[in-house]
Amino acid sequence: MADRAFKITPRLGAGAAGLLVALVLLALGGVLARAEFGTGLRPAEWAAIRFTVLQAALSALLSVGLAIPVARALARRRFRGRAILVTLLGAPFILPVIVAVFGLIAVFGRSGWINGALGAVGLPEVSIYGFHGVVLAHVFFNLPLVTRLLLQGWQGIPSEQFRLAAQLRLTPRAVFLTLERPMLRQTAPGALALVFVICLTSFAVALTLGGGPRATTVELAIYQAFQFDFDLGRAALLTLVQLVLAGGTALLAMRFVPELAVGGGLDRPLRRWDAQGGLVRLLDGVLIALGAGFLLLPLISVVLRGVSGLSQMPASVYLATGNSLMVAGLSVTLTLALALPMAGWIASRSRGGVEAVGLLGLAASPLMIGTGWFILINPVISPSALALPVTAIVNAMMALPFAVRVLVPPMRNLLERFLPLTQTLGMQGWPLWRWVILPRLRPQIGFAAGLSGALSMGDLGVIALFADPERVTLPLQMYRLMGAYRMDAAAGAALLLLVLSLGVFWVCDKGGRWGAEA
Amino acid sequence: MKYLAFAAATMTATTALAEGPELVVYTYDSFVSEWGPGPAIEAAFEAECACDLNFVGMGDGAALLARLRLEGARSDADVVLGLDTSLIAAAKETGLFAPTAVRADYRLPITWEDEVFVPYDWGYFAFVHDAGLEAPANFKALGESDLKIVIQDPRSSTPGLGLLMWVKAAYGDDAPVIWDGLADNIVTVTKGWSEAYGLFLEGEADMVLSYTTSPAYHLIAEEDDSKSAALFDEGHYMQIEVLGKLAGTDQGALADQFMEFMVSDAAQSVLPTTNWMYPAVIPDAGLPKGFETLVVPEKALLVPAADVPAIRDEALAEWLTALSR
Repeated sequence: MADRAFKITPRLGAGAAGLLVALVLLALGGVLARAEFGTGLRPAEWAAIRFTVLQAALSALLSVGLAIPVARALARRRFRGRAILVTLLGAPFILPVIVAVFGLIAVFGRSGWINGALGAVGLPEVSIYGFHGVVLAHVFFNLPLVTRLLLQGWQGIPSEQFRLAAQLRLTPRAVFLTLERPMLRQTAPGALALVFVICLTSFAVALTLGGGPRATTVELAIYQAFQFDFDLGRAALLTLVQLVLAGGTALLAMRFVPELAVGGGLDRPLRRWDAQGGLVRLLDGVLIALGAGFLLLPLISVVLRGVSGLSQMPASVYLATGNSLMVAGLSVTLTLALALPMAGWIASRSRGGVEAVGLLGLAASPLMIGTGWFILINPVISPSALALPVTAIVNAMMALPFAVRVLVPPMRNLLERFLPLTQTLGMQGWPLWRWVILPRLRPQIGFAAGLSGALSMGDLGVIALFADPERVTLPLQMYRLMGAYRMDAAAGAALLLLVLSLGVFWVCDKGGRWGAEA
Repeated sequence: MKYLAFAAATMTATTALAEGPELVVYTYDSFVSEWGPGPAIEAAFEAECACDLNFVGMGDGAALLARLRLEGARSDADVVLGLDTSLIAAAKETGLFAPTAVRADYRLPITWEDEVFVPYDWGYFAFVHDAGLEAPANFKALGESDLKIVIQDPRSSTPGLGLLMWVKAAYGDDAPVIWDGLADNIVTVTKGWSEAYGLFLEGEADMVLSYTTSPAYHLIAEEDDSKSAALFDEGHYMQIEVLGKLAGTDQGALADQFMEFMVSDAAQSVLPTTNWMYPAVIPDAGLPKGFETLVVPEKALLVPAADVPAIRDEALAEWLTALSR
């Protein structure tokens, strides 16, 4: 099967992808226009590239490898608190980096809970600082996200197939081979590429938990080029390295995605009859408990640290909250406006290689994008007047690959199932979206909107570059509190940020799943 | 669309209602925050200048200079406040700054002779620790101890760069030996000061690279005397923060007036308890109560501004080699 005869939103989708490419390339062009070219990459930068790729690859493999059993356990179990746990899965990912790092350190650090417990029973201390610490933090950020992405995949398996599997009394292993493995082959490569790219641009996490300059990433080298050496040519060159690595990985991953072969179902809510054995249940319970513990302990520490600081927060924090909510709203609207047509376009192509385009916005260093746009905007209008809109656009660009990743697999499924019917009816354009696509993708749209809104809430992004004292966002205000020794008030602001981000996420996600059994 | 309309509305609403001419001052982020000196200084200066003082905050000193280089001669800024002695050479090289005639009775451990930049506050870098700790007396003793420290990365933070220059100024060609000794004491290296200080307060390290004036914050603002700074006998490296007038300013006279103001009593008396540094000129009322408890190094170290770029690159290479092993 080559390209499907029937396409949805080809022009809009290609247009959205083109716009994204243009935003990134224009920024790069802006930087290059001011650059002077010197030497190529230095040995220290090659070392940074090696370290970056190694940690990103390992983080991606571990995040996805561990998420598969956890998602599988969650998919086939119903228990009290499951809905909350599924919502909380979004939390680590949307936390500002610094908050998450402090949460992890409260649990795994030198004076953290785990070392406290080990010390109490006379065992030697474990250190979080080093290569393993970087990977641990990246798994903490990404494992829950991948679990959510895979859960969506499990939900996409038609209910009738599980019913049939139960009637045939298939063993869990047989269910895995016939139903779950084909689904994973569809979803896992994209998730791998996504996590790899997220970890590619890591900077503060890698440096802080990596224990020193051994953990220098490409992003740190870009920062150094911009602010320490003011070498724009080098910064642009390093950004190109990031883009090539990310694009190459995404294309490679997408090659492993086979043609879709899942048969259609009747669109019924999912029920499971398999995997009722005692041992399987116990194993699932242990997996869920471990996953939840790893996820929840650092979050609990963020809450505990923040509660006492809440009362010390100055009023300006609430003003910043208003700005952050506005940026989040704008960024959600933009993300969906770009992601829906792009997902339609990608899903109606036989191969998903073009999804790699979506990763560009995530792979390009925010510092580079910000600086590039600063250079372009500055001659025309004062950049600080555009601080919030530019922040929203950059946030939308970062959220886009997640939204696309969430939307494409179910969109493909949907096209497979409903294509003959819609073709018979001659349905296309807006009616096709209104009556067929949007109602069925509501959970995924809600999830994508929630992710992008929350991501935008927690992102420090480029606002610091387009500085404007009047329009501070919540994460920036939190950093300012920290910079003024007010660590308790900053912890309070971090808690507020966590609650708000999760609130935004929950509202969107719940809105999407309303009326459907998740 | 509602958001866009809202965004547009807030933007027009917050456009400053300027009275008189506008003076634009670029500075680092923590200066303009409500806990920093910015608000008090803005109010005091506007009371006497019949102008609109507009602080624009961005990142730290290095980010400030990068921004100026991006904008070049087209910059809106009239004055830049917040570069330090490590950045002066690079700042002069841009050719964007104009000489100044502003002088004051500076109380700095060194004599200040710079044609372009005016110092407004300064401090000594130091390792801060809990008061109960038996602190080492120099880098060698620290290297031989089991104490754990957190430092900042010199490539992304001004205190981190300060430590690099400190070790270099104190030990010269022996700096790599000192870094070898310190390597196993360093728990981790952070992106900026905030992360490092936060980790120290969380109990992740025994000492953190900060300033001799840091304990004053805890003492004065929190009434907490549990923090001290360790006195090192090889001397302490200084950070002197400066401001300068841009050659391209269209408010030359106002810019001079502001630079005068920054070394006047009205500004100098605000700085110690908002920026938590020593004022460049002793205020009429003396230093705030609590500052007399701070340790005072016997020897002040400072690499001359013009020598910084060459020494910086050599010191960074040594640092990377020692800590990457």
